Amino acid sequence: MDQQQYQQIEDQITPPTPYFKNVIKAFLVGGLICTIGHAITYFYIIFFDFTETTVGNPTAATMVFIAMILTGLGLYRKLGQFAGAGSAVPVTGFSNAVVSAAIEHKTEGLVLGVGGNIFKLAGSVIVFGVASAFFVALIKLILVTMGVVEW
Amino acid sequence: MVIIFKTKPSIIACGAVAGPLEKKSVFYSYFDSVVEDERWNQKTNEQGHAMMIQEACNIIMKKANITNNLDIDFFLSGDLVNQMTPTNFAARELAVSFIGMFSACATSVSSAIVASLLTELGASKYAIAGSSSQHNSIERQFRYPVDYGGQKPETAQWTVTAAGYALIGKHDPKLPSIVAGTIGKVVDYGEVNPFHMGGAMAPAAFDTISSHLKKRNQKITDYDLIMTGDLGKIGLKILKAMFAQTGAKQEELDIFRDAGAEFYGEDKSFQSGASGAGCSASVYYSYIEQQLKTGRYKRVLLCATGALLSPLSFQQGQSIPCTAHAIEITME
Repeated sequence: MDQQQYQQIEDQITPPTPYFKNVIKAFLVGGLICTIGHAITYFYIIFFDFTETTVGNPTAATMVFIAMILTGLGLYRKLGQFAGAGSAVPVTGFSNAVVSAAIEHKTEGLVLGVGGNIFKLAGSVIVFGVASAFFVALIKLILVTMGVVEW
Repeated sequence: MVIIFKTKPSIIACGAVAGPLEKKSVFYSYFDSVVEDERWNQKTNEQGHAMMIQEACNIIMKKANITNNLDIDFFLSGDLVNQMTPTNFAARELAVSFIGMFSACATSVSSAIVASLLTELGASKYAIAGSSSQHNSIERQFRYPVDYGGQKPETAQWTVTAAGYALIGKHDPKLPSIVAGTIGKVVDYGEVNPFHMGGAMAPAAFDTISSHLKKRNQKITDYDLIMTGDLGKIGLKILKAMFAQTGAKQEELDIFRDAGAEFYGEDKSFQSGASGAGCSASVYYSYIEQQLKTGRYKRVLLCATGALLSPLSFQQGQSIPCTAHAIEITME
């Protein structure tokens, strides 16, 4: 049996990735996480001295904290298997990536273990986040200078 | 390459231990012991992994009434952690002649083949052979941190926490005996997805089983059971489809089973089933050995499969080379 024949058999038997189902689940769970985030936003605005522009930081911090607890209890992993991108894309997913790496490398010590590996997964989010933010800012600067848009 | 063992080395005793999650395994009742703590009450996963190996060896020595470590001539074993430190550290405690064996998840059988050769040579009275894996220490090395919420596809498999070892010695007609073994080639049909090990390994299993049957001049039906190591549910289906294409009939295909596909039963949370060097080892050296002893099976072919990849090799875009080694065991 050659490679091509084998490929055919393998493709026939391997179940296809349920993209549609995954997208629906990601939409629902991702949407739910963002709705909870929004409720927290209102909580801070109503009960504390925050405005719509300043409320982002405490909201993100709260979401990160909740995800950290869920990761520690081993629940975020289960949510991730169900929701896929729905729980990976929001800021809670970032928290999960950081905290899970920290827990994992605790046995190698604080400096070389936790410190050296905490951004093992989240590192690329930061690198590409900063790089793309730079280019978006650059495009906006050019457009403002040309008088197309305002700041 | 098929080796015929004229002296028919026997499996004198077996030891299989597993972690807490493995209570869900359908083979649970055949294991010698199951520990409540994944880390075996040690500080690190890797130390726990080494303890698990030591415990399996201690069980074997107890069963075989061996009180002194030094009565063991050889220890042949491997695992999946970098440089196989859990096995090396366990070997330090055992303090007998030791060679680390690496055929990934096929080590359960490759070590048994080498142990049989040493016995055949007359160089070994007692040799312990086998392999093990510990979920947490393997996952962190090959995939993501254990608590990371990544979505695994249906083809993915769950690395077991288990160790299986066999004490191989001179022929005893009352015990299961290893009559032949096949050392497999490395086969690569271009699979690049590390979450589809069954698809990567099935061609290697096909190659080894076919050459064993051909060189031994046997038919599939000469066996009561042909059991692969950790192809998983999907991988086993692929293997059967490959044999079906060469003309195997349904009753022949029914002889094929896979330790990984059956390990966790029908539980969907383990996706395609179990994997890891401890998967085939713990099933072969508990359930299969016991079934042979009771006489349910007279002739079995155990074909452990291994994916010879590293996290580096697949990140660099290399396909997954695989191997499979087989031993033919009979019971008189």
